[in-house]
This record gives sequence, C-alpha cells and structure tokens, in this order.
Amino acid sequence: MNNITKNRVKDNLFRFWGIACTLLGLVLLSIFIGSILIDGLQRIDWSFITSLPSRKAERAGIFTALMGSVWILVLTTIIALPVGIAAAIYLEEYAKKGRLSNLLEINISNLAGVPSIIYGLLGLEVFVRIMQMGASVLAGSFTLALLILPIVIVSTREAIKAVPKSLRDASFALGASKWQTISMQLLPASFGGILTGVILALSRAVGETAPLIVIGALAYVPFAPSSPMDEFSVMPIQIFNWISRPQQGFEVNAAAAIIILLLITFVMNGIAVYYRNRWQKKFK
Amino acid sequence: MQKIKEAVIEKGLMASALITIAVTAGIILVLAIESISFFSEVSIIDFFTDTQWTPLYADKHFGILPLLSGTLLTSFIAIAFAVPVGLSISIYISEYAPKGFRKTIKPALELLAAVPTVVYGFFALTVVTPFLQSFIPGLSGFNSLSAGLVMGVMIIPFISSLSEDALHAVPNSLREAAYGMGSTKLQNAFRVLIPAASSGIIVSIILGISRAIGETMIVAIAAGQQPRLTMDPTVPVETITAYIVQVSLGDVAHGSLEYKTIFAAGITLFVFTFLLNTISYRIRKKFREKYE
Repeated sequence: MNNITKNRVKDNLFRFWGIACTLLGLVLLSIFIGSILIDGLQRIDWSFITSLPSRKAERAGIFTALMGSVWILVLTTIIALPVGIAAAIYLEEYAKKGRLSNLLEINISNLAGVPSIIYGLLGLEVFVRIMQMGASVLAGSFTLALLILPIVIVSTREAIKAVPKSLRDASFALGASKWQTISMQLLPASFGGILTGVILALSRAVGETAPLIVIGALAYVPFAPSSPMDEFSVMPIQIFNWISRPQQGFEVNAAAAIIILLLITFVMNGIAVYYRNRWQKKFK
Repeated sequence: MQKIKEAVIEKGLMASALITIAVTAGIILVLAIESISFFSEVSIIDFFTDTQWTPLYADKHFGILPLLSGTLLTSFIAIAFAVPVGLSISIYISEYAPKGFRKTIKPALELLAAVPTVVYGFFALTVVTPFLQSFIPGLSGFNSLSAGLVMGVMIIPFISSLSEDALHAVPNSLREAAYGMGSTKLQNAFRVLIPAASSGIIVSIILGISRAIGETMIVAIAAGQQPRLTMDPTVPVETITAYIVQVSLGDVAHGSLEYKTIFAAGITLFVFTFLLNTISYRIRKKFREKYE
C-alpha cells in the first residue's frame, strides 16, 4: 500500500468516526428517552398531574411542583426581562467605548460562567436572609432572574445588532429622537430575536435545581403557592427528591415527572427555534 | 422637555447595566464575608492540608482536599470523554458533512444542552451505572465514572459547537492551499485547520472544564455523598457542589459553622471558575483581533 492510498483509508476511517461521534449523543438521548417513556408513561394520567404530594408513591402527584414552576417562570420573567433588555440597549446603543463598557463586557461574560449553585449562595444570603423573603417563590425568582440575566443581555444585544442600519438612519432622518428610534423602530424590529433569547433563557430557568435547593426550596410542600411569599417546590426538585428515595414506586414517579419536564423544555426550545428561523428570514 | 426625558431614560438604562456589576460585587462580598468568619474559626492551613472533610460529624475535620479531588476527578473524566468526541464532531460537521446536514444536526445537538441536569443525573444513576456494572465488577452504585461520563455527554455540545465556529472561521485560502498541496481532508484538518483555530478550540475546552467543575445535580445524584481523597473512579466521592447541596437539604442553622462551610466551599469553587472564565475571555479577545 503506498502513501496515497494509506492516507485515503485514514481519511475515510475518520469520516466514519466523525459520523459515529455526531450520532453518539443523539443515540444516547434516544435510548434514555425511550427508557423513561417505558418506565414513566404508564404512570402519567390526569390524577398524577392534579394530585398533591404524598408519602405513598401511587398517590403522589406533581401538582404543587408544577404550580411552583409556573409561579417561578412568571415572576422570573417579570424581573429579568425589563432589566436584561434595558442593560442590552444601554450597552449596544448608548455606552461609549471605554473603561466602563469594557468592564461591563468582561463582567457579563464572567457572570455567564459562574456556576448556578453560586447564585444560590448569593440568593440565600441576600434575598432569603438580608431582605427577609424567606424561602419564598419571590426569593427563588430573584435568584433565577440574576442567573439568566447574562443570557438575556447577550441574546438581546445580538438581536439589536442584527437590525439593519438603514432602519435607524431612516428614523433619524424623519426627526425621531434616539429613544423614539429605539422604542418604535429597533425594539419592534428585533422583537423576534429577543423573544428567542428570552425563551431559551427561561427554558434554562425551568430546569434549574441547585440554586433553588440552596435557597431552601422544599421537596415537600402540602399546597401550591398562592402568593409570591409562599414556600414552594419546583419540578426538578420534586424529581430529585423522588430519585433519592429507595422505593421502586418513586423511581417510576421520577420518570413520569421527567417526561413532563422534558416536554416543557423541548416545547420551549421548539418555539424558540421556530421564532429564530422566522425572524432570520425577515432580514434576508 | 424632550431632552430631559432622553437623559432620564439613558440614566435608567445605564442603571440596569450597572446591576450586573452589583451582582458580581454581591457574589464576591457574600462569599468573602462568610468565608472570613469561617476562617476565624478554622485555620486556613488545615483547610488546605487536612485530608478529611467531616463538618457534619462529631469529630470535625475541615480539609477541602477530598471535595477538591472529587470535583477534579469527575471533571477530568468528563473532559477526557467530551474533548475527543466534541472535537471529532466539530471537524466532521465543518469539513466532511454535506451542508444540509450541518443545518439539521446543530439544533439537534443543542437539544442535548437543553436537557435539565437533574434529568442527566437520573440517566447516570438508572441507566449508565447499571450498564457499566455489567462489565466492571466492583463498581459501586454511586461512582465518579458514571457521573463523569454523563457530564461529558452534557458538555459535548458546548465543545463541538464552539470549536465548529472556530474551524468555520478559518479563511478558505488556508484550506485551498492545503488541498493544492495534495493533502486529504484529514491531513488538512489536523495539520492546518486545528492549529489555525487553536485559540477558539482552547476556549471551548476551558469553558467545558469550567462547566464541569460547577456542575451540581449530576454529581449530587450519581457520584455519591462521601468525601474521599481518591483517584479511584469506581467508588463514591463527593464534589464541592454536591456538598453544598447536601448541607442545603439538611436543617442547618444560620450562623453555625456548618452553615459557613458551604460558603468556604463556594468561594473555592468560584475562584476556580473565575480564573478559567477570565483566561478564556482573554484568549477570545485576542482571537477576535486576529481575524478582523
């Protein structure tokens, strides 16, 4: 075998290796989804979704955890969205190149890399103790809002950046002020991109477990929260709690709850990708 | 009037941006204050040299080494698995795969990154560990091998996606020159493209390491909760993050020494990831300047 054929063979071998690696993760994911579907699907019915938690696996349901997750999602959005979008507008449209904008830039990139459990420690000390919110839905929402803030800022900046300059120029030419241009032209034009980023950030928030455990969210809550100051549980914590119990019945419950949690995250991701595609077409 | 309104709005937007700095300051302050009060009761030398971590037992030892070794061991396994696989994926997608394939496979891989980590933990505990036990006799029900491998699966999309961007950004003239010399795609990838995209690839690996070190739920569920100074991947260990979860689940009084340990553990974790993130930011900045 001469050198050329040897190199061709190596090249082809790597091609197959590459395909194998690419499919590996997806195959693992399918195996896993298959196995939890087999375990958990039989457990899912209306009473599983509407039942309160219980010591008996057959009677336990996810109602309080599901409602907790909904509360957290809504409040986190209300807190993180305005701050994140405002910060992004400032960085993209107002901040002059210099020390401050440099510092903000480094800082945001760093915050995005801080482990989520550290945000939990911050929330525990600042929101739960100092502001005396206790282990409430509100404290949890503030903690998660800070966690997703960098993601919202980065994606909003990208969406604003993608708006063609001609739109801005046209607005200024008609005599609009800077803020009028931003609020009436830039934001509506970049809405799709901002929405995509926000949904992706929220899909991350809905799956977060560690920071909420640290601030003291409970695994067992008798009733669904009815105000922001109530104690709460969320889907991932309920799953974690069921996983850590030895009885077989709870493992089935965990699988069933995972199916519902994955459904929520995948649907959110699907919506985000759909909006991204639609929005990207608009500017082409 | 209009001018005043514009100025007020600008200040408001700026205040929002400054919140991000307040968050960082808050994290550092909270960790530092609680840690200082921790180190007033525990000697910092013991913290770094004692080989036992038993703050929740009667005979208390406060050596961070067992938690650190657990963290590094699981992260090492994850990275050793994710880097070769992730890099191969990025080379395959950017150089070999047909163009349409790239468009469909990238969102599919992103889906892997969207799976909540508590779900990965369940996967490690109920699927991967029993599977590994079938051919590794003596593998404990909780072990760093299974947790590390699953963490690797979680990290693969980060590494493949960022490395692929870096490979994609290499100017085509380099590729064409290599092909002109008669090289195969494989030779081109390993001798030309990877060296040219090295900074981007290194960034992806550093970010992967930082993710692995800070990952919590997978290790808390599948690696066990026994702090142990060991490099044996078949026995239960405990990571820094898993310890924080363990304490948070229990009933620990605010202000007690046990309560402060999670902040001392937290600041150790924060310092590690902060260094890694800063290094990667520096490299990324340099890299951007190179091609612009």
